[in-house]
Amino acid sequence: MGKLQRLLALAVLAVSPVLQSAYAESPEDKGLAIAEETDRRDLGWGDSDVVMQMILRNAEGESSVRDLRLRSLEVPERKLGDKSITVFHKPRDIEGTAFLSHTRILDPDDQWLYLPALKRVKRISSKNKSGPFVGSEFAYEDLVSQEVDRYAYKWLRDEACGEAAPDRECFVVERTPLYEHSGYTKLVSWVDKRDYQPRKVEFYDRKDALLKTLLMLDYRQYQGQYWRTHRMDMVNHQTGKSTTLTFEDYSFKVGLSEDDFDKNRLKRVQ
Amino acid sequence: MRSGSAHLAAGLCLAALSLPAGAEEPRFDATLELGTELRVFPNAPAYAAQRDRTLGPSLYLEPEFTADWNGGDDRLTLVPYARFDRDDDRRTHADIREANWLHIGDGYDLVVGADKVFWGVTESRHLVDIINQSDAVEDVDLEDKLGQPMVQLAVPSDWGTASFFVMPYFRERTFPDRKARLSGGARVDSNASYDSSAEEFHPDLAVRWSHVIGDFDVGLSHFHGTSREPRLLKLDAGDPTNLTPHYDLIDQTGLDLQYTTDAWLWKLEAIGRGGHGDYFGAAVAGFEYTLFGIAGTDMDLGLLAEYQYDGRTENGDAPGVLGNNDTFFGTRLTLNDVDDSSLLAGAVVDNEDGSTLLSLEAERRIGDSWKVEAVARFFVNADRRNPLVGYERDDFFSLTLIRYF
Repeated sequence: MGKLQRLLALAVLAVSPVLQSAYAESPEDKGLAIAEETDRRDLGWGDSDVVMQMILRNAEGESSVRDLRLRSLEVPERKLGDKSITVFHKPRDIEGTAFLSHTRILDPDDQWLYLPALKRVKRISSKNKSGPFVGSEFAYEDLVSQEVDRYAYKWLRDEACGEAAPDRECFVVERTPLYEHSGYTKLVSWVDKRDYQPRKVEFYDRKDALLKTLLMLDYRQYQGQYWRTHRMDMVNHQTGKSTTLTFEDYSFKVGLSEDDFDKNRLKRVQ
Repeated sequence: MRSGSAHLAAGLCLAALSLPAGAEEPRFDATLELGTELRVFPNAPAYAAQRDRTLGPSLYLEPEFTADWNGGDDRLTLVPYARFDRDDDRRTHADIREANWLHIGDGYDLVVGADKVFWGVTESRHLVDIINQSDAVEDVDLEDKLGQPMVQLAVPSDWGTASFFVMPYFRERTFPDRKARLSGGARVDSNASYDSSAEEFHPDLAVRWSHVIGDFDVGLSHFHGTSREPRLLKLDAGDPTNLTPHYDLIDQTGLDLQYTTDAWLWKLEAIGRGGHGDYFGAAVAGFEYTLFGIAGTDMDLGLLAEYQYDGRTENGDAPGVLGNNDTFFGTRLTLNDVDDSSLLAGAVVDNEDGSTLLSLEAERRIGDSWKVEAVARFFVNADRRNPLVGYERDDFFSLTLIRYF
């Protein structure tokens, strides 16, 4: 290798760890590097607050609506997971019900449920990762924070992102859950090469059959850095049911702290 | 109640003083829950004083008004409640469930006014929970509570949350009318007697520490004040079914503990109480184990068992108690469907005489703003010396249709 070539190669290696893996690393290393880059680009978001709406549809096309609000706290240490509180506003009979999650990486998450009718905070088992979240097509494990070290990765190929982001190129990466009690044998993600955001995810059930497809649409960037999807469409291929999750504008760095994600504060949130 | 309202009004005025002077509009919200209930008593009553009616209709209203400002760190809440029952003049009643000002400060939160507070972890008996009086005419499970006037300060820290309660006014327990079902044929006088010369104005105090240590949720509490459980005294020589409630001054220390691992919830509540004759201890301990996604469906099946012990002497110095040596078995079925359908069935069996309370509670949503609840309670195999015998012919099931506005 000539001197110039070597310099060029070094420069490329320095600026792009992902490119580097494309040359030198195994599909597993490349898959992990893509996930780490997605994670790295999102570091420092601090805390966020967003109002969401969930529309549940069954195979007959009947729909029902949930209004909820999600507050999240970034826990920067890689060995620790983020924290979140979900509060329901609609339907009215569950108004004020709140769900607190302290995500772990491979250990079971810590979860509490607040039941406003009894003013009771209950610690609940987090074994139920694959169960439906409030009757929707989203499982609990789909909605908790996607920590890098919860999965093993394998880069499969590069291809067009498809319907969720026409004109974009994606990495196609297979993820295998490393935590216990997942409902999936694997997830296949289409990750946009330009912004490292996932555009589409396919979920394979315990029999390795295609169970669900998630499209992540309407990405908007906040604070010049943090990309967030504002529409998630989840379709269950086995039941014909689907759930759409839409997000209003996010607020970042609203001043939330660890105290706001304590179980004793759960009865105060709204 | 009238003086209680005065205290509340004072608290709300205080709160109103801290309202911003128009700089930032508070956000207001008003909602209403309206329920119609039909209770069905298949058996004729046991006591001559009770009306023999199979169907007992009633209706309740629970509006909720809130205003908040400072990004939700200040909040006024008003929740009145009223029920109209055709057959029970005492069950026809009104209450202020909540009328309070919440302020979330820097490193503390403060509640001034009437509020509801729950402590504890077990399902079959709530031993540690002592802040609020039971609204016992609502249901025999004693889970409905009257609003409790209080000043509550909670201070979170790395070593857990410490909470302090000052309760300037006591609420008497509600009891059914003698002529109604579930009265045991007794009349409970509305003029209670008290240990304290200040009567219902004795300032009750409580302190609680709660913390999460890994897989353990732990709470320690102490209460000094007027017992929420009355002793029912037979002071009327001419009529032994005419009872006078007497509220002792007590000290109660409580522990609640839950260990959560895999699909198991291991639970313990224990108290020590002084003030009704001899000091005694009581405890409830057990588990809830959940089978998630049974038979390849989305449904969860929970299996529950709890043992209830109560060491009080039953010679009249302490209020009567059902769960002194009893076992609870239960099962909870959660469908995880769009309508949040669930069912809880259980039995509390007296280990000494076999007296049994069977319970079934089921609910599901209908559409976006309706809900239906079904409850059944059966008093089975009641021993003549067991307090359950007073309800033996008052087995019932009820259906409640709720509309949210």
